[in-house]
Formats: sequence, C-alpha cells, structure tokens
Amino acid sequence: MKSDLQKIHTQNLDLFYGDTQALKDVSISLEEKKVTAFIGPSGCGKSTFLKTLNRMNDLVDNVKISGKVFLDNLNIYEKYDIVELRKRVGMVFQKPNPFPMSIYDNIAYGPRVHGIKSKSILNEIVEKSLKNAALWDEVKDRLKQNALGLSGGQQQRLCIARVLAVEPEVVLMDEPTSALDPLSTLKIEDLINELKKNYTIIIVTHNMQQAGRISDKTAFFLLGEIVEYGSTDKIFSVPEDKRTEDYITGRFG
Amino acid sequence: MSTRIKDRLLYIIICAISFITLGILVWIMAYIITKGLPYISWEFLTTDYRGDREGILPSIVTTLYLIIISLSISTPIGIGTAIYLVEYSKPGKTIDVIRFAIVTLAGIPSIIYGLFGYMFFVIALNYGNSFLAGGMTISIMVLPTIIRTTEEALKAVPKSFREGSLALGATKLTTIIKIVLPSAIPGILAAIILSIGRIVGETAVLIFTLGTATGFPTSIMDSARTLSVHLYMLAKEGLSFEQAFATATVLLIITAFINFISSKIALNIKRFAMGSKN
Ligand SMILES: Nc1ncnc2c1ncn2[C@@H]1O[C@H](COP(=O)(O)OP(=O)(O)OP(=O)(O)O)[C@@H](O)[C@H]1O
Ligand SMILES: [Mg+2]
Repeated sequence: MKSDLQKIHTQNLDLFYGDTQALKDVSISLEEKKVTAFIGPSGCGKSTFLKTLNRMNDLVDNVKISGKVFLDNLNIYEKYDIVELRKRVGMVFQKPNPFPMSIYDNIAYGPRVHGIKSKSILNEIVEKSLKNAALWDEVKDRLKQNALGLSGGQQQRLCIARVLAVEPEVVLMDEPTSALDPLSTLKIEDLINELKKNYTIIIVTHNMQQAGRISDKTAFFLLGEIVEYGSTDKIFSVPEDKRTEDYITGRFG
Repeated sequence: MSTRIKDRLLYIIICAISFITLGILVWIMAYIITKGLPYISWEFLTTDYRGDREGILPSIVTTLYLIIISLSISTPIGIGTAIYLVEYSKPGKTIDVIRFAIVTLAGIPSIIYGLFGYMFFVIALNYGNSFLAGGMTISIMVLPTIIRTTEEALKAVPKSFREGSLALGATKLTTIIKIVLPSAIPGILAAIILSIGRIVGETAVLIFTLGTATGFPTSIMDSARTLSVHLYMLAKEGLSFEQAFATATVLLIITAFINFISSKIALNIKRFAMGSKN
C-alpha cells in the first residue's frame, strides 16, 4: 500500500447486500496508467467491487459498505463529492447504453452536465473524444443522427468516447465486449491498449485470452475475496494458488 | 388441422375482430357527423346561445378554458407525484397508502367527484358554480390517470440510461430532467390525451361544479357550460336533436384536433429536452 504508482487502493473493504456478503475484506492497490483485469466465476463480486470504485453501489437499496477506498490517497467514502468522483472515475457498462439522442449529444452530455456551454469547445471535445475512441472516421458525417442507429460495437465505442469526454483519470469497464462480435471486440481491445497511455483502466472480463492480451495485472476473485493478484504474465503462467490455476485452466465452475 | 391452417384461421379471426371494432367506430362517427354536419353553420359556430341564437361559441371557449385550467393544475402535480413515486420513494407503509389512495381514486365514479366538488368547492369554500370549482374538481378526477400513466412511462425508461447518466457525474435531478423525462414523453402525452378525453366528455361533475350558464365566461369565478354539458342539456330537455348532433360533431372535431396538436407539441418538447440541434 505504498507505491507512488498506485491510483486507487482499498483497505478491508466489506460489502453487504442486505444480509448477504458480496465482498470480503478486499484490500488491493491498482496502478496508474496500467490495465488491471478482474477475473473470476459468475457472482463472485467483480461487478460489485468495480462499482464501489465510483460509488455506483450507492444506488442500490440496502447496501452496507465498510472499509476504505482511496483515490489518490483520499477516501472516496468520506466527505467526497460524488459528482467530482464520477467525473474522475468513468464507467463503461456491459451492455452498450447510448442515450436515445444524437451521437453528438451523447458525447456532449457529460461536458454539458459539468457546465460547458461554448459550442466551439463542445465541438472540440466531441471530435477529440470520438477520435480517442477510434470512432471518428465512422461517424464524422452523421453526428446528428440518433446513436441508437449504430452497430453494437460502434455503440460501445461511443460509450467509451462519452466517458472520455469528461476527461476522467480512471475508466472502469464491466465486461465491455461480452455483447460484441469478435471483430468489434478486437477493436475495443486495441483501443484499450491505446488508452492505457493516458488512463488507468480497470476491466472485468470472463474471457481469459482477453485478460491475457490486454492487461498488465490481474486479480482473481472468488466468493467475494481476492484469491490472487499479480502481474498478468505470472498469474497466467505460474499461479500461486491452486484455485487460480483451476479457474484459469478451465477446471473450475 | 395443420399448424398452418390454424395460423391462417387465427389470423382471419383477428383481422375480422379488428375490422368489426374499426367498423363500429367509423359507423358511430359517420352517424353523428352526417346527422350533425347539415346543421353546422358559421352562425352556429360563432354566436352564443341566447334568445333566438343557437350558437355554441361560449361552450367551445368554455371547453378549452376548462382543459387549460384543469391540466395546468393536474399535470404538474401528477407528473411530480409520479416522479416522486418512481424515482425517489423507498418502498414502505407510506408509499403503500399513497398507491392505495391513487388506485381507489381512479375507481370512483365521476358523480362522486361531482358531489364532493359541489360540497367542498362550491359550498364550503364558497366558490359557487365556477371555473375554479369545476377545474379543481376535474383536476382531482384526472389526477390518478395522470399519475399512473406517467408512472408506467417512467418505469419503462431503461435503468441503463439512468446509470449511464449518473456514472458521468450527472446528479439525480439532472438525470431525471435530461434523460428520464424526455424518454417518457410519449407516455406522459398519453396521460394528457386520456385526461383531455375525460375532461371533454365529462358532464355529471361539471353540472354540479361548473354549472350550466350559457353566456360567455369572463372570469374564473363564472359559471359556464362545456360542449358536453350543452349537448346533455339539449338532449335531456328534448330541445333540439339537430343541435345536439351538430354539437357532438364539433366535439369530435375538437378532440381530434387537440390530440393532433398535443402530439406535435410533445415531439418538440422531446427534441428540445434531448439536446441541441446544432
Ligand atoms: N443489487 C443487488 N442486490 C442484491 N444482491 C446483489 C446485487 N447485485 C449483486 N448481488 C449479489 O452479489 C454477488 C456478486 O455479484 P456481482 O454482480 O458483483 O458478480 P460478478 O462477479 O460481477 O458476476 P458476473 O460475472 O456474473 O457478472 C452475487 O451473489 C449477486 O447475486
Ligand atoms: Mg458482473
């Protein structure tokens, strides 16, 4: 818990949905400008943990959270402005969820919400974000068309662009390619490789190859706990824990 | 019987039922319009109902006023309540009671609203037969419809839209105003159109509260008669069935016109709320 590279770290994080515990004593340090992958069987708490990092869990009734989550050494569960937090920690969801409005307005939504009104600035942000999300060339001639008319893969890149438009430092991605075809998946993976130069990326994935291809570090979750966390190369070649090995080699549910 | 034949049969039956329904509707409209149209004249539309004049202009004006007054009271309250119930309230006793009240209110026959409006607004608050009394009573009457239809519309907005907006750092209120409400506009419009339908068609409540005066309304404390009430009086007293049909025809046309306009307006609000056109 000391490296200067760390962007986010948690201490003894417990989370309960009602009476059921979904996270148990999670302490982890996530590195800046790296891609960290969370893997683990369904229901082990990956999404739940991801959502504690931008406090999206606050929306769920009956959630009890204890422990600490630090973003740049400030506890986000203590006197932290949620608007500011979510601006700094963006989120891409499993299913692409563009708003039912134009491509342009989708991207401009975040900046507008945060008070940017100038048309020229918004134009700039929209162009830059779409370029960063590798979508600009495909949509530059139809920015005013409804975003729901885009393909699934394009919609997901739009959602990434929408997040980039508010200039976050961390981007959380919850299985961002699970609803996409292989080609779109590849595009998003390339994009993630590009984005990690400037952003800290934390991604949940069920796809072992994907975790291997794009991540620097990997954390293996099981029943709400982190079983093993380390460099992706190591986790995938010489895992320390038997359970990690079983999961990675597919001998596990 | 093979599945294909069954499918075919079902299809024919469904078509037949649709056509019968549509047919009855068209027949009623045609019946009213053919009976009413010959009696509609410029004079009929532009004069009042007094002495030897048989015009319905005051009633047209009254109907429109009443719609405006009632909706300006009930729409904000109804939409606000629906937003509270769907977006803010936590499940519990209070909410159960509110919902029970809404369902109950929706099921009460309109004559009861009429009696209540009469006792409370006309007598107790001393508003007399007036737009104020009529508008208040009608507002209460259409409130359950507006709340419930708006609630359904809000619930139909995907959770993922809300999450997407909140995750970008938008506040809950911003999310509701910029994402949820605009997506729910078609449903809210349906609520308003349903309400207009009830206001335009209502008689019992209005006879008690707004009264049946025939003159031009000049203030919110005036009594007046809407087209439906006028129609009712004409028919009940057997004064003139020609005029009654003519009034009914006008009523039909106005209702169609209002629905058309409302959908246009709602579309524009949606475009406007969902962002610029750059
Ligand atoms: N809103 C909620 N209310 C109650 N329980 C929940 C809620 N969300 C998740 N859970 C429970 O918490 C546990 C962890 O869920 P979570 O969604 O974090 O798993 P996951 O690792 O993301 O699974 P998957 O790979 O299937 O997405 C599960 O047992 C789940 O049933
Ligand atoms: Mg999940």
